Amino acid sequence: MSKQEILINISGVNRVYYDTTGRPTVALQDVDLDIKKGEFITFIGPSGCGKTTLLRLIAGLDTPQSGIVSIEGQPIEKPGHERGFVFQQAALFPWKTVAVNIAIGLKARNIYKQKSQNIQDYIDLIGLTGFEKAYPHEISGGMAQRVAIARALINEPKVLLLDEPLGALDAFTRIELQTTIRNIWEKTGTTIVLVTHDVDEAVFLSNRIAIMTARPGRISEVITVNLKPERDRNDDDFIILRRKVLEKLELAGKHWSSRLVDPLEQASISGVGEAI
Amino acid sequence: MTKRINKKSEPEPVQSAYWKPQSGLWYIAAVASVLIALAVDIFVPDSQFVNTLPYRVFLGIFIVTLIVLWIISIKVNALRKILYHQAQFIFAVGIVLAVWDLLSTKSNILQLPFFPGPAQIISVIFSERETLLISSFYSLRLFSIGLLLGTLLGISTGILIGWYRQWFYWLFPILKVIGIIPSIAWIPIAVVVFPNSFIAGLFLIVIASWFPVAFMVSVGIASTPKVYYEAARTLGANERFLLTHVAIPNAVPDIFTGLTTATGFSFLTLIVSEMIGAKAGLGWYINWAKTWSAYDKVYASIVIMAIVFSIILAVLNSTRNYVLRWKKGISK
Repeated sequence: MSKQEILINISGVNRVYYDTTGRPTVALQDVDLDIKKGEFITFIGPSGCGKTTLLRLIAGLDTPQSGIVSIEGQPIEKPGHERGFVFQQAALFPWKTVAVNIAIGLKARNIYKQKSQNIQDYIDLIGLTGFEKAYPHEISGGMAQRVAIARALINEPKVLLLDEPLGALDAFTRIELQTTIRNIWEKTGTTIVLVTHDVDEAVFLSNRIAIMTARPGRISEVITVNLKPERDRNDDDFIILRRKVLEKLELAGKHWSSRLVDPLEQASISGVGEAI
Repeated sequence: MTKRINKKSEPEPVQSAYWKPQSGLWYIAAVASVLIALAVDIFVPDSQFVNTLPYRVFLGIFIVTLIVLWIISIKVNALRKILYHQAQFIFAVGIVLAVWDLLSTKSNILQLPFFPGPAQIISVIFSERETLLISSFYSLRLFSIGLLLGTLLGISTGILIGWYRQWFYWLFPILKVIGIIPSIAWIPIAVVVFPNSFIAGLFLIVIASWFPVAFMVSVGIASTPKVYYEAARTLGANERFLLTHVAIPNAVPDIFTGLTTATGFSFLTLIVSEMIGAKAGLGWYINWAKTWSAYDKVYASIVIMAIVFSIILAVLNSTRNYVLRWKKGISK
């Protein structure tokens, strides 16, 4: 596990967005990172820190203004099936059934005939056996996200990019799916890059955690997670590490009352309450 | 307080489709009202000269059908719900027929030829059945060829406009300007340009159906959520795949919306264009009957139109429900 091959290399990456008035927002500034083959790395940080932008650069859905993002030495210029992507909203094609959604990558690559026998394996892997013929509107959000993961995995990607895939789910479903993702990673050995704002999730799943800060977006520190493979959220080591990540994010030790609340914001919140 | 009121006014979703009282009494009343209509026609003496036999046979078939359906519904729950739901409406139909019959054929308050009674209209439908059948056939032929061509043209221009920006740039302004002109405004030109009335009518229906379909398809394609394209591209899709497997499927609901509008426009254009220059079809028949002041025949062809067009719309609707079964709220 020590000297691993580098899969993805990010060096000197800058990405600036301009709004309609031409005002720049620095989403990423001078970001360097190596992602090793087979690892599970998480980008964590407050909103606006560029973690999703960084993931989209790896996917090829966005391009940097300067710097290079490469996979196995090849610069990334556009999306490709070897970099599977799972969106926050599952983004399943609503007009296709679960099984056909999972098979779409095979169809897009014209290898459906050779590989169609694999479809059932992936349906079983994500635990949706029996829902093959259901349409996306007939399944729950958690199930939809499982389908989205299987849809990306069927292409046997070199890296699986997860963009806050569990962000829209309830706490129970989220924990369930975290276990599923962990199992998939152990079974397939695929490199996984996860974007999240959930510290618990990051510590539970990853080998390494890249802490990001906002304005300008950059990686401030990379923490290695030295926990045993079977992780327990109530373990002392787990709690200590979670505390460390929270401290790095400057969120630890803050009591709710210590936060300054804008009186206007407070007024609008109570106003909403009355309207209900 | 407000919560309770809300709960009361909202019907249960399961029952919402058939919310009328599920009682056999209304159904008995419905059968009785049609029986009354029959009795009125048989026992009240006529004051107009009308062949009432076809009307009586019609009412008889109506009653027998109601009874047969009721017998079947003893075992089929779903059918009984529909029948009981419709019972009040059937009851009203029977009463209206009886009153209309009394006002026209029986008392001559509504006078011929302009306001014939139900018996007269049904007798004309019966005696003119051959002409009406042939006219319907001609109308249907013109309508279906026109709508098919217009829809195919509309889908293809819609895809081009929605997908390629060059096509959008050149064609969309033309579509917007030409498309909103009511197709029947082209009648004078169509009559001059085309060799016969059939092709002229075809042209008008193609124009009428082309615009709504093309417009809706282009909108449907252009409004495809970006995340669908991104998802497909990360799965290995090329541009062609994005069009055929993402953009076009996404536009299918809009194709049906456009098609429904196109069907309505085409009915109108069909009848008007047949009234102007054609030598066959239901529009021609109405016009021909009018020149003879045979208003009973005018009503007869209107009844036939209502039946034919309703069937077409019902077929379109059930096709849509089948094709769009993946959509929330459309499936049962």
